[in-house]
Amino acid sequence: MLPTPSTSHVSFDRVYEPAEDSYLLLDTLSSESEKAFLQKRFNEASEKSNASPSPLVVEVGSGSGVVLSFVDAHCEAIFGRADILTAGVDVNLHACKATVKTVDVTERDQREFGKSHGFYLGNVAADLLSAVKAGEVDVLIFNPPYVPTPDLPSTLPRENLSAFDLDSHLLSLSYAGGADGMEVTNRLLASIPEILHPTRGCAYVLLCAQNKPETVKDEIRKWGNGWAVEAVSSSGKKGGWEKLQIVRIWRASDASPID
Amino acid sequence: MKVLTLNFLTCAVKACKSSTSSFPLHPKECELVSDSIVPNPALLTNILPRVDWSALITISTELGFPTLPPTAPTIEELQSDEKMMAELHTLLLETQISEGSLVCGNCGHEYKIKEGIANFLLPNHLV
Ligand SMILES: C[S@@+](CC[C@H](N)C(=O)[O-])C[C@H]1O[C@@H](n2cnc3c(N)ncnc32)[C@H](O)[C@@H]1O
Repeated sequence: MLPTPSTSHVSFDRVYEPAEDSYLLLDTLSSESEKAFLQKRFNEASEKSNASPSPLVVEVGSGSGVVLSFVDAHCEAIFGRADILTAGVDVNLHACKATVKTVDVTERDQREFGKSHGFYLGNVAADLLSAVKAGEVDVLIFNPPYVPTPDLPSTLPRENLSAFDLDSHLLSLSYAGGADGMEVTNRLLASIPEILHPTRGCAYVLLCAQNKPETVKDEIRKWGNGWAVEAVSSSGKKGGWEKLQIVRIWRASDASPID
Repeated sequence: MKVLTLNFLTCAVKACKSSTSSFPLHPKECELVSDSIVPNPALLTNILPRVDWSALITISTELGFPTLPPTAPTIEELQSDEKMMAELHTLLLETQISEGSLVCGNCGHEYKIKEGIANFLLPNHLV
């Protein structure tokens, strides 16, 4: 088991506190099967050309930074190489700052023990992948706001709110997913074919039972063009239902790149 | 945020996506800080193939760094050119933008950078 990064410096009044969903992502990304998948994918990709470009990992909704800092710190164990570029996005500015700090602390720890870590580019405050250049992301990670809610909180900057209301607005952004808890996730899924690297790209997205994961996966399979999706882990069995699952979305390597 | 981040960012305005002038974003009145990082030639040579060189020339000039050659060095050229290696190490790996803004060459929108974090959240009328 790879150690979980410390987030004790983060104020959880306005940044999502790592929970079962966060830990499921950590366990999944460091599982033997996903390590094998990622190592095969990124080492084969590099054999085709004589140079092996550094993979870019982007986490959307990085929150406290627990997941991104974990991938950054343990990239050698996960990818079999330490030249991994990492970057985070969050709509919540405080979450961006928290991620910067968490990555910094985690990287320092790694160095102190003489261990490697990736190259962290930074965090940007943005709505999903709106500011990310198309075709560049090799590994996308998203633990979305997935709880079904009657309304979606606005992602626009809030003014004239009391400190307390502002904090609760920011926290609502971390869980409130609108209809079926899928409104934010659906927007992210729609941008995947364009945002991911045309051959190497893959994405890990967390879904909960209320998101109707089977329907979500069927929709992704309809993208065609070699796109594939598979549940790669799950947790919290309740009466035969998996409460949470993580799906991996990728293009099968024999499919030709989209132009 | 590291200068290298600019290689992966564009204007968040939808209408700008199709315009080539929305990339790279132009740094404006930026305050820079430099992290001291142990030289890592392996990392640099693995990053180079995915750097948009002409965009990097623009960014480097606009940030006041030495002028880069018109075409990207090959891996072999880079490995045998210590000066170029050191310059790219400083520009791409060590330099962070802490304050300032990023400007879209198409719509002119300015994205503020504060405490190292660029803010791409758009006001209502641009979403
Ligand atoms: C469930 S939390 C996950 C946090 C962290 N990744 C973890 O696993 O602990 C969801 C995160 O997504 C962010 N978020 C919500 N809507 C977003 C959007 N439209 N664009 C970017 N980030 C968003 C929230 O601010 C929050 O930090």
